[in-house]
Parts: sequence; C-alpha cells; structure tokens
Amino acid sequence: MDFMVLIQVLDSTIRLAVPLLLCSLAGLFSERAGIFDIGLEGKLLAAAFFSAAAAALAMDPNSYISLGSLKFDTNKYVVWAGKYAVWIGLFFGILASLLFSLLHGLASITFRGNQLISGVAINFLAAGITVLIGQSVFRLGGRTPSLSGDARFKEINFPFAEKVSEVPIMGPIYSELLSGHTILAYLAMLLVPLSWYVLYRTRFGLRLRAVGENPAAVDTAGISVIKLRYMSIIICGLLCGLAGAYLSTGLAAGFVKDMSGGRGFIALAALIFAKWRPWHILTATLLFGLLEAISNRFQNIDIFGLILPIQFMQALPYLLTVVILAGFVGKAIPPLAGGVPYTKE
Amino acid sequence: MDVLPKWVDTVIIPLIGVLISLIFSGIIILLIGENPIDALSLMITGALGSTYGWGYTLYYATNFIFTGLAVSVAFHARMFNIGGEGQAAIGGLGVALVCLSFGWTHWLPALLAATLGAAIFGALWAAIPAYLQGKYGSHIVITTIMFNFIGASLLNYLLVNVMRPTGSMDPATQKFPETTSLPSLHDILEPIGISFSKAGPANISFLIALIACVLVWVFIWHTRLGYQLRAYGHSESAAKYAGIKPFKIIMISMLISGALAGMMATNNVMGEAERLIMNSTEGAGFIGIAVALMGRSHPLGVLLAALLFGFLYQGGAELAMWTTIPRELIVVIQALVILFTGALENMVRAPLNWLWLKSRRGTS
Repeated sequence: MDFMVLIQVLDSTIRLAVPLLLCSLAGLFSERAGIFDIGLEGKLLAAAFFSAAAAALAMDPNSYISLGSLKFDTNKYVVWAGKYAVWIGLFFGILASLLFSLLHGLASITFRGNQLISGVAINFLAAGITVLIGQSVFRLGGRTPSLSGDARFKEINFPFAEKVSEVPIMGPIYSELLSGHTILAYLAMLLVPLSWYVLYRTRFGLRLRAVGENPAAVDTAGISVIKLRYMSIIICGLLCGLAGAYLSTGLAAGFVKDMSGGRGFIALAALIFAKWRPWHILTATLLFGLLEAISNRFQNIDIFGLILPIQFMQALPYLLTVVILAGFVGKAIPPLAGGVPYTKE
Repeated sequence: MDVLPKWVDTVIIPLIGVLISLIFSGIIILLIGENPIDALSLMITGALGSTYGWGYTLYYATNFIFTGLAVSVAFHARMFNIGGEGQAAIGGLGVALVCLSFGWTHWLPALLAATLGAAIFGALWAAIPAYLQGKYGSHIVITTIMFNFIGASLLNYLLVNVMRPTGSMDPATQKFPETTSLPSLHDILEPIGISFSKAGPANISFLIALIACVLVWVFIWHTRLGYQLRAYGHSESAAKYAGIKPFKIIMISMLISGALAGMMATNNVMGEAERLIMNSTEGAGFIGIAVALMGRSHPLGVLLAALLFGFLYQGGAELAMWTTIPRELIVVIQALVILFTGALENMVRAPLNWLWLKSRRGTS
C-alpha cells in the first residue's frame, strides 16, 4: 500500500472516530453512574438535526420562517447570526440532546421506569421528530439545506502545515493526519484525558462511579443519588450534542434523514469493548473508525487470497463486541447497579 | 398496602398511556399546520373505510402480532428481546430457502414448510444471544442489538453476492415459484360470499398469527413450562429455589421468541413480496416492542395493539399521500406509546394510585 493512501485512510479514521468517541464518552458518564443508555443513537441524531437546522436558519432566517407578524428584517441580527451560524447550531444541537437526556432521566431516575425501554423510545422519537420537523420547516424530504461557509466548522490548519508537507514521512503525518481537523475533533481528543481525570481523580468522579456500583452506600453517606445521576445524564447529553453537531456541521454539510446510521450503537459497542474505561474508549473508537474508513475506501479486502467482503467489515464492530461480551477475551463487566432504578429504603 | 385492582393495571393504565400518546400526536399535527380531527377521519376512512384499506391494515397487523408475541414471550421470562428485527429478517432467509429449494406443487405444504423454516431460522438467530446470556451473563439487550446489525450485514452480503439472480441489478432473490403464492383474504372470503378487495396484501398468514396468539396463551398460562417461565420472570431467586434452571428458561423463552419473530416472514416475504428483498422487515421487529408493552404481554392485548398499529400504519400512509404530514408521524406515535405505556408507566400510575387510595379511605 502506498504511504499516502495509508495517511489518507488514517486521516479519515480520525474523522470517523470523532463522533463515536464523543458518543462513547457520553455513554461512559451515564453508564458509570448506573444509567444504561441505549438512546445514544437517538440523541446523536436529534443533535445532528437541530445543529444543522439552527445553522441553516441562522444563515438565512427569512427564507424559511415567517412567524406571523414577526419579521426578522433587522439586518444587524441577520449579519450577526450568519457569522456565528455554526455556534448557534452547536448550541441548539446540545440543547436538543440535553432535552432527550432529561426525558431519559425523568423516566429512569424520577419515575424509576425501565431504562432500556426509555432508550428505545428516545431512539424512535428522534428518528420520527427530526424528519417531521425537517419536512415542515424546510420541505426537502427530511433534509436540511446544505450548509457552507460560516454554517460549518472550519478545518484548523497547524502552523507551517503547508511548508512541511514536502518533508518525507513526518511531513504528511503532520500536515495531513494531525492538522486540518475541526475544533470539535481536537476537543474530543482532549476530552479523553479530561474524562479520565474527572472520573478517577476528582471527588465528583469517585461519587459518580460509586453511585453506579452501590447507590445505597452513597445514599448512606448523605449524598443525593438522584442529583448525581441527573448530573451524569446531563454530561451525557452535552457530549452527545457535540457528537451530533460534529456529524452534520463538521463531517457532513447538512442533515439527511437517519444520518446517524447506527453510529450511536457502534459507540455503545465501543463502550462495552473498552469495558467502560476512557483510554480504552479512545482505542476502541479509533479501531471502529478504521474499520469504517477501510470499508469506505476499498470494496473487498484481499488478505492472502482470502477475500473479506465489505459487509463483513461493516459487521466487525458488532461481532467484536459480542466476542468481548461473551468473555472470550477478558470479561466485560458493566457497573453493578447499571439498569436498576434506585429506591430509597 | 392497598394496590390498584388488576383490571386497572392491565386495561386502564395502557389505555391512558395510548390516549396521552395520541393527544401529543394531535398537538404535533396541529403544529405542522394540519387539522388533527381531519387527519384522524382521513386515517379512519383510509384504513378502515374500505376492504382495500382493511387489506393493508390486517397485513401490517399480521406482522405486528408475530413480533409483538415474540417480545411478549421473552418479557414473561424478564428477557428484553430487542432483536426481533434481525430475527424476522433471518426468518425471511428461511422462507426464501424453503420456497426456492424445493419444487412445490401446492401452497399449503409450502406454507407449512416455510413457517417451520422461518421459525427455525428466527430461533437460531436468537439462540446465540440467549446462550451467551445463559452461560456467560452477556446482556441480552446488547447482544440482540448487535445481532440486528450482524443479521442486516449477512443478508446484505447474501443478497448482493450469493442469492441475486445473474444479470439482475436488484439486491433480491428471484421471484418464488407461482405454486408457493399464498391465498389472499379475497381468495379465502370469496367462497363464503364476502367480497373483499383483491388489492390489499393481507393473506392467510393472518390466520396463522391468530393461531399463534392462542398457542402462546396456552403455552404461557396452561403448561408447566409456561409456569416456570413466568415464575422465573417474577423472581429469579425463588424460581431457582424451586429447582427451575435459569439457563433452560432463558434458552426456551428466547428460542420461542425468535421463532415467533421469524414467522413474521411468512406474511411479508412469502405472502406479500414473494421474494426476499433488502430490509424486508421495515422496522416491524421494533414495533413489536410497542405492541407488547401496550398489550401487557397478553396475546389478546397483543392482538388489539397490533390491530391499532396496523391501523396507524395504513392510516399514516394515507396521510402521507393526501396531506403534508410525513409518514414518520407513525414513528413518533410509536415512540410515544413505548414511552407512556413502558418507560413512563409509573407517571401514569402514580395519580391513579393516589385516587384509588383516596377513594378507599373515603368508603371505609
């Protein structure tokens, strides 16, 4: 394989791993606090839609909405909103994801309902509501208009990236692989050590992990289980919001129906594959990103005469997760109190 | 402590949940700028106003009866089988293999063999997650989710690379032989003097679904195994103490669940498409979750809930055709039903509990 092809594949590995990483870290905070979250997919999709929709409206509000007698013809507002469209998008993406998170919290913490059923409901709610709103606002069959300019996250080029690209080996690694990602991608990478620090080196993290293992003990110590679990869920919503915004305003240029395409579930798989640990989540999501990058670039992979079909590559993250779950390669043990609503005695 | 009477728990609470879901859906329709009352009447005439509409409503309902029963049987053993979608898709593979491999001369033996094939394939697809849950404690929800995706990839591979007839661009098997074509409700009802539209895809597998309802009812409430299953679902420790083996219960409940989900393929693959296509299940496996929750895992409840969802599906298609309301409205309704009859059930129950206690205090 050509060196440049390798660099390109690795570059798209990073691009594709970012939403998985953010979503997986989101699931980490929720599940470590004892709240199972199979609604990552729904939150990701909702955030992707609301980011793209808000960014599109900020760019050009008058062409899509006329709120009765209210008219947004103050040019100042339009110019200001257009300039910060992508950030307005990010804000609404996170807001939408947070609302879905709080719904999950309402069902599974406050009303002690089944967390898995709530997750299923959230996934469907997002799948339906995004198309419903998208169609009634934009009339593009569930898509948002395609975004460009200030409505998308820009690639950040490292200093001298142009100049050193000619240097053999290190040049392309610096200018192609490491440079040229959006701010959310770099933020996602920074969030890995940050998550580790918060979970393992702060009082909040200790309590959060304790509430996922033995909530009764935390309660006995006079700390509110409900408050801690809600905080974990809010962090989860925030991170899913970042992931969704990255998907529709960073990776792609706009929202299309069902654009999350199972990424929330792959992120869940990565979380289990990593056995609920932050650094391993980075490895797992990069591995799953690599698999996606390879199957995007090559149709069938020929390994010593054995031809691996593209569908096999697509199924591999799920297969690997099942293998890990089965305990063939070390055992994946979820937080002890995961999925169990806490009832005060 | 006074508890709510059973009829409130099994009938009133799900009904209130559905009602809340429908009210929310009405508000959504209002926000889109359509009239919810007009929309409802359009749905009723479209889905129930003609035998053409009924032909579709009952066709969809047949799918949902199978997947609803599948989720229900697993629920009784406190297993949450999210994999109905994958099991139904793989069941379709079983149907296709049966229909294409043998030279059938009549639809009846073909249907019996296809039902068996669908059930075996569906059960097999549930068997691995069940085994992993029973032996290693791997969470059934996660493994069945994974198996939905693995199943989709497998079918994608088989349809594109193996089962596609040469020269065809379409990722689908060839058409099943004429002789395996199932009688439609029109064909069944004509001899007894009822004229039913020829166009709707409802077919004889609706009757199989009804039989499945009865059999599941007998199994769950009138057999030793069904009793063990429910006992395990109520209390794992008590069931263990009574000598019930968890591994056996997990395997049996999941195999039956997978078989029921797989049997859906007799309706959509053999009865309607008459060939195996990509994404033949169209999410029916997931609707089974809503149907089972709403029907309180009882076959009669599942039947009624499946009919309601059949109505919503056909009515939703009519809405999409004649108004600006997209088909995805049904996905939202489905989500709301799962939310209010499942996850937020306690929210619906709490005020009822309060009212009940208050009325008790008042009389005594």
